[in-house]
Amino acid sequence: MEELETIRARALEAVAAAASLEALEAARVAALGKKGSISGLMGRLGAMGPEERKAAGALLNAVKDEVAAAIAAAKAGLEAKALDERLARERVDVTLPVRPARQGRIHPIAQVMDEITAIFAQMGFAVAEGPDIEDDFHNFTALNIPAEHPARQMHDTFYFGERADGGRHLLRTHTSPVQIRTMLSQQPPIRIIAPGRTYRCDSDMTHTPMFHQVEGLVIDEHTHMGHLKGCLTEFVRTFFEVDEVPVRFRPSFFPFTEPSAEVDIGCSREGGELKIGPGKGWLEILGCGMVHPNVLRACGIDPDRYQGFAFGMGVERVAMLKYGIPDLRTFFESDLRWLEHYGFLPFDLPTVTGGLTR
Amino acid sequence: MKFTLSWLKQHLETEASLAEIGEHLTRLGLEVEGIDDPAAKLGGFVVGHVLEADKHPNADRLRVCTVDTGSGTIQVVCGAPNARAGLKVILARPGTYIPVTGEVLKKGNVRGVESQGMMCSWRELALGEDHEGIAELDPAAPVGARLLDIMDFDPVIEISITPNRADCLGVRGVARDLAAGGLGSLKPLDASPVAGRFASPIGVRLDFAPAESSACPLFVGRLIRGVKNGESPQWLKDRLTAIGLRPISALVDITNYITYDLARPLHVFDADKVKGDIHARLARPGETLAALNGKTYTLDTAMTVIADEHGPEALAGIIGGEATGCTASTVNVFLESAYFDPIRTAATGRKLEILSDARFRFERGVDPAFVLPAAELATRLIVELCGGEPSELVVAGEEPDWRRSVVLRPARVEELGGVAVAAARQERILRDLGCTVSEHADGLLVVPPSWRGDVAAEHDLVEEVIRINGYDAIPAVPLPRPPMPRPVLTPAQRRSGWVRRQLAGSGLVETVTWSFLPAAQARLFGGGAADMHLANPISADLDVMRPSVLPNLVAAAGRNADRGARDLGLFEIGPQFDGPEPGQQQLVAAGIRTGAAVPRHWAERTRPVDVFDAKADAWAVLAAAGLNPDSLQVAAGGPAWYHPGRSGTVKLGNKAVAAFGELHPGVLAAMDVKGPVVGFEVFLDSLPLPKARPTKARPLLKVSPFQAVDRDFAFVVEAGIAADAVVRAARGADKALIADARVFDLYEGAGVGEGRKSVAITVTLQPTAKTLTDEEIEAVGAKIVAAVAKATGGVLRG
Repeated sequence: MEELETIRARALEAVAAAASLEALEAARVAALGKKGSISGLMGRLGAMGPEERKAAGALLNAVKDEVAAAIAAAKAGLEAKALDERLARERVDVTLPVRPARQGRIHPIAQVMDEITAIFAQMGFAVAEGPDIEDDFHNFTALNIPAEHPARQMHDTFYFGERADGGRHLLRTHTSPVQIRTMLSQQPPIRIIAPGRTYRCDSDMTHTPMFHQVEGLVIDEHTHMGHLKGCLTEFVRTFFEVDEVPVRFRPSFFPFTEPSAEVDIGCSREGGELKIGPGKGWLEILGCGMVHPNVLRACGIDPDRYQGFAFGMGVERVAMLKYGIPDLRTFFESDLRWLEHYGFLPFDLPTVTGGLTR
Repeated sequence: MKFTLSWLKQHLETEASLAEIGEHLTRLGLEVEGIDDPAAKLGGFVVGHVLEADKHPNADRLRVCTVDTGSGTIQVVCGAPNARAGLKVILARPGTYIPVTGEVLKKGNVRGVESQGMMCSWRELALGEDHEGIAELDPAAPVGARLLDIMDFDPVIEISITPNRADCLGVRGVARDLAAGGLGSLKPLDASPVAGRFASPIGVRLDFAPAESSACPLFVGRLIRGVKNGESPQWLKDRLTAIGLRPISALVDITNYITYDLARPLHVFDADKVKGDIHARLARPGETLAALNGKTYTLDTAMTVIADEHGPEALAGIIGGEATGCTASTVNVFLESAYFDPIRTAATGRKLEILSDARFRFERGVDPAFVLPAAELATRLIVELCGGEPSELVVAGEEPDWRRSVVLRPARVEELGGVAVAAARQERILRDLGCTVSEHADGLLVVPPSWRGDVAAEHDLVEEVIRINGYDAIPAVPLPRPPMPRPVLTPAQRRSGWVRRQLAGSGLVETVTWSFLPAAQARLFGGGAADMHLANPISADLDVMRPSVLPNLVAAAGRNADRGARDLGLFEIGPQFDGPEPGQQQLVAAGIRTGAAVPRHWAERTRPVDVFDAKADAWAVLAAAGLNPDSLQVAAGGPAWYHPGRSGTVKLGNKAVAAFGELHPGVLAAMDVKGPVVGFEVFLDSLPLPKARPTKARPLLKVSPFQAVDRDFAFVVEAGIAADAVVRAARGADKALIADARVFDLYEGAGVGEGRKSVAITVTLQPTAKTLTDEEIEAVGAKIVAAVAKATGGVLRG
């Protein structure tokens, strides 16, 4: 079988010499194709005797396998080379900008309301809502603010035109009417917060005609002023994410609470930078007190049996303090630059356990 | 409320420092707004003695002075015209803080001569505007002494008074609270009667119908004859000036002083200008009063006036009249001290828009038992400062009944106030506040003092006890709470949260805008009805409740465009107001996009925003709100503020739940905003809430093991046929097999004929039992063609 050796050598030589996939295919056809040199030898096996055929067939198969392996190896090499050449051609400038995508934002008011809700939810407060347009009863009278009470002068109220019955509707000056509506529709125990838009007829550096409040209300048989302090102290420390922030309760006056207090938190103003925490200064952040018996009475709740506390804070104010936003009026200007700077990413959903703020 | 430290100490015996007093005031609920202590900035100044004052070698107007500092002599260059030898001056050495500049003094060199200090004017000490020359001290002032040690600087304290504390609208009330708070003791006040020398020729009387007698239950007067109404003495002028009042004349200053000192407004009439008796009555219709503020007021029958035979001479408890006012030439003065009804006073003041110190106090309630003592005190001061001879008092009416008995159960202090205060201490606190306290079967029987009209019930007494005891002493107790917090949001609240974060996730920026807007804009968006107008808007631009959230967003886009930001997306979740009654509002998620949807980019084709951007946003909201898109229908056209041909209304059944589209060019033009602007409104309150399910398990996922097949069809239909009709028809052709159908191409023009269009859809067939054969696919295809033809008249495009 010297011929076999020659055919083998020639086939392997042709495979080795193939510089392209096409040349390699030609070499394959020449050796292993139907009319190829090795296939030709295969055809001659039929004419041999059994012993001879067995021996020759084994040799021939070995050569066939060897050549096929060589072709496969050469093919892999050529393909790798072709890929390398293609990749070498395929180059882009990766410093080019990506396709534009808009990044939306959550307004600080909505985000802070979510933060406040998350904290009070831990303490078992539900969220109650009510209308922006209110009547005198829910906004004032039921809150122990009779018509000529000087305290009404603390509220610069937006009124609507006179109605057939001589009364006027108004825009709620606080979210306290939501407390009234809650107490009128459910008996204690009550534990709610009432976030929402509120309105006062006032506009200057530190006032806007519309702003947001979150009020809270707890009514049951045993809640006292110590609980009020505990609840709000926990809130303040959790909200501002400063464990040691000092909290001060000062006697004050609201017609709907008695005793009443204003709450200050500690701050320092070193180097012109306001920092919440231990320091020489105080910042007023909310008003609160024990719900006035007249308010309970106006809502059909027995003040000899039930008592509790209420509080209210300005959402923009606590947002400004926490996030260092200098100007109240900017909250309502819809200035894209401001919204993108102070706004929050949509997936920053505040939770107490996951962290309020990144 | 302002007062000086020395003024306070006239009523309060105390050793407390200014800082302690400030802290106590705030702790008592008399919040300190500011303390201006000039002394705090004057620590470095000493008394100097000018020994020599020679002419400066290089400047005519300057002098080179040799000044004795008490511990040596220094050289000071000075430009003041009154710098001369022998003068005692206020001297600042280098390193001293100079109040008027806010800087520390440095050693200087003035035209070649070293100056080792500065001789100061009052202005440089921020103690006045006098800058004519340097301050000249008493020649007896000891050289080298600190300025603080030889002069009194009276700090001014400003506190804010809550409306319930009428008693603290006078310095004495503040002192009383501080004394009760343990900061000293209240000094006695001499209000003993002044003996009248003659009967008052002017009488007083009350002319009220019985039903209205509460308007003025007590009126006291007295004539003082032969007074000299000159300038007030320095101490009085200093006190008034310190709290921002302008001294006028002794008689007027005395009434102002007693107003601030004792929270007791008084009035003085020039008795020679009064005709007949003085009486209090309700005004008659159309009566007028020319008041001391130079304005004339028309009165009505609900207002109390002080009148004589001429008519009204003063508005009770609010302001005096010009005609009978005291002047420098007043010789005989008639003093008025009365009690006026707080509510009537407040109503009158508000109606006439008069703010005065008297009104401020009367409407909060003056001490009803102090009417006579105030008259005696004022008489004493008038006689002391202006001379003259007092008549006997003339009195009409009687002291209103102010006594109330309140029972305090000592246990209530801890139950409500959260702090244990011993019963004996409770009693002591109440007595210090002026209450009369006696035993009662349930605890203490308390009669609050006449000046504390705000203390009327047990909880008021609890407040007084814990206030004086100190809020700091209340232990903070955690609010008892469930061991594991429960979800607290309602389904609707959770839903608006999802919508908010979905919209921000879609690239829109959330904003918050006013609930009101200009009436003209409201009308563009279907609102602006008369009953939606505010009676007292903050400005003409914000006078109507918004009928839609969109106009504010469009206006915001306009403002941003003016700043150069033309491509933007904004959204707001907030109320729109449909009617004037409480509750006639609904929560809306609305948004806009403006400018380019795809900005210029090296790899993308830019395009402006269009109606389908807004539709996508509306759809994203509806999906986030939990609606199945298949349950919704879209109808062409939206409310009038949208482009009629490029807008749509989303309906659930026959209820419109959303609208979207390009904003009407006319609306944009009226608002002066450049388009295109597209927007959407989703009426969240109109959407059904997701049904509560017993478990959170999802429905079982059913997937077919057999391959899905896509087949494309192009139908030629009349141009007016909605693409959605084609898709729905195709989808309905074999509900078991057809999983989806969607439009992938739209063509109008040559080849399909005038007034016609080609809608190409791809239909996904999803077998569930076995792989589809070609014949089965053909059969479904035929059903689809037939269904579309039946529903829309469409034919397969050849």
